[in-house]
Amino acid sequence: MSAPLLTIEDVAVELPTPRGNLRAVDHVDLSLEAGRTLGIVGESGCGKTMLSRAVLQLLPKKAKLTGRVMFDGQDLVRLPSESLRRLRGRDLAVVFQDPMTSLNPVLTIGTQLMETIQEHLELDAPAARKRSIELLAAVGIPAPEQRLAQYPHQCSGGMRQRIAIAIALSCEPKLLIADEPTTALDVTIQAQILDLLAREQRRRHMAMIIITHDLGVVAGRADEVAVMYAGRVVERAPTQALFKRMHMPYSEALLAAIPKLETAPHTPLPAISGRPPDPTRPLKGCSFAPRCRYAASRCHEAKPDLKSAEMPDHLYACFYPIQMAEGIGA
Amino acid sequence: MMQLAARVEPLLNVDNLVVEYGLGNKTVHAVSGVSLAVARGETLGLVGESGCGKSTLGRAVLQLRRAKSGRVLFDGEDLTAMEGEALRKMRRRVQLIFQDPIASLNPRRRIGDIVAEPLIIAGVKDAAERKRRVHEVLSAVGLDPDLVVGRLPHEFSGGQCQRICIARSLVLSPEFIVCDEPVSALDVSIRAQILNLLEEMKARFGLTLLFIAHDLAVVKAVSDRVAVMYLGRLCEVGPSEQLFANPAHPYTGLLLQAIPVPDPDVRPAESVAAGEPPSPIAPPSGCRFRTRCPRADQRCSAEIPELREIGPGQFAACHHPLT
Repeated sequence: MSAPLLTIEDVAVELPTPRGNLRAVDHVDLSLEAGRTLGIVGESGCGKTMLSRAVLQLLPKKAKLTGRVMFDGQDLVRLPSESLRRLRGRDLAVVFQDPMTSLNPVLTIGTQLMETIQEHLELDAPAARKRSIELLAAVGIPAPEQRLAQYPHQCSGGMRQRIAIAIALSCEPKLLIADEPTTALDVTIQAQILDLLAREQRRRHMAMIIITHDLGVVAGRADEVAVMYAGRVVERAPTQALFKRMHMPYSEALLAAIPKLETAPHTPLPAISGRPPDPTRPLKGCSFAPRCRYAASRCHEAKPDLKSAEMPDHLYACFYPIQMAEGIGA
Repeated sequence: MMQLAARVEPLLNVDNLVVEYGLGNKTVHAVSGVSLAVARGETLGLVGESGCGKSTLGRAVLQLRRAKSGRVLFDGEDLTAMEGEALRKMRRRVQLIFQDPIASLNPRRRIGDIVAEPLIIAGVKDAAERKRRVHEVLSAVGLDPDLVVGRLPHEFSGGQCQRICIARSLVLSPEFIVCDEPVSALDVSIRAQILNLLEEMKARFGLTLLFIAHDLAVVKAVSDRVAVMYLGRLCEVGPSEQLFANPAHPYTGLLLQAIPVPDPDVRPAESVAAGEPPSPIAPPSGCRFRTRCPRADQRCSAEIPELREIGPGQFAACHHPLT
């Protein structure tokens, strides 16, 4: 195993709100090696996007960040803003959910691509243009030369996301963060974009983080999955191991709540009752305890640590893990 | 009229409906000759990708968007021919639930007033009766009426707002509800709660539903039959289980293949879905799916495929069906 490209150490993010401090990310540790894909899964408000913003150092100004984000040997939290700016867009790239808002509506696609390339790589205009055309072709855009002169509104949602990916890939990043890259897209286009990301990742040996609310998106595409709930990673494991045996009741409940194609119509879905806790009012015990059908008194009193038992790389934060082999567990 | 529901006397009968929008000097062909029937007590799922015309069809059924041609028969009466008071009376029997539950509630009004509004419009003058009905439907959707009637929408989460919208749609005791992507804006754990609630309400109040969504698994969970729409036309209609097990139209097959499955042992199929849907301003001639279809040939561009029976109750509009 090589040294990780990215290590997130004890990262916490707090946002001041009129109702008190909101703990968006609650002491998260994660790591990722080159060429690997990490899926971060969770529902809205679980802190998955804030965590990615902490890696990118793109948090809201008022946010308070503690912990370390080690990327390629440097702590991004302590890096001067000028060095950060040079790193972002080159070694550290991002694709957002909504390509219409991440692209500039008044600049042509060519301008936006060439701007990024010339900012980070020493290329003259004709070379940058040539590279832009190659990139658009690589992400599957027909007639790339004509596209350069067009504006984002002249492209479909799927095309725009391809362009956003071309910009993100333009400087050969070491890490690509894709934050809900296909949520705004239709299902047939979603499959195309996920294939494209996987193909480019293999070719470039990039590390990739896919952030999504959809367990289906990470199941076939990520090497490792981290499930987040109320700001914390509550379970983390290699994808195969996680789907084979989920130890944290929240992960299990989340998977069960998804309607499945093989289930007969009118079968009641195993829903999770209640809703996530108020992030400005942290609970003393496990955040999932009020909704958990396995919860005991201990779960309301103390927070379980994220730790492993059977397999060293399968971590979970639960006092009473489920689907354990006999004789192991709490 | 084709017998798409092999039942006696459907509650809703949509016959060759055409809806078009003007866009500058161009025309958007949103719905181009759709026929379908929904039997009393049935849930018909309507699936398709954005821009396929499924929401327009739902609105045209309720006369919120007037059709260019075709008929919408509800309990034997033609809604497209109705106007004014007659239409308003009819509207008590049909309701609509929208995708964004927060945006569909007036942020300045109290929940009790929001849910009571349809009763006032329908002319229920007795305040005690209105209160009784509001409490009844709020309890039915799992909210405590005494706790919620005095509060404002912003005090509720998305899932709770959708419960309030469902309560409002039930307050006039309708027979038929069009649910337009009712769970798309909700998180997975909340989505399951709302889908279960819709099923309960359907059974309890004897409802008939047109359930519009882009997610096939969500549609299958609640539907007796499913209709697949592409670029303004129906591709396929059939009983849910049968249609998902043996899709006949290549587009249905492609949709099924594109769904991400939450199982790492199922390898995602490599981009089965080539290309993107064409514009509804200039739809392709013949079969509208032909530009993305691996089976398309000469005939598909020349001749519009009609819906024809492929299996018992299963209809597909394709010259080269999969089964």
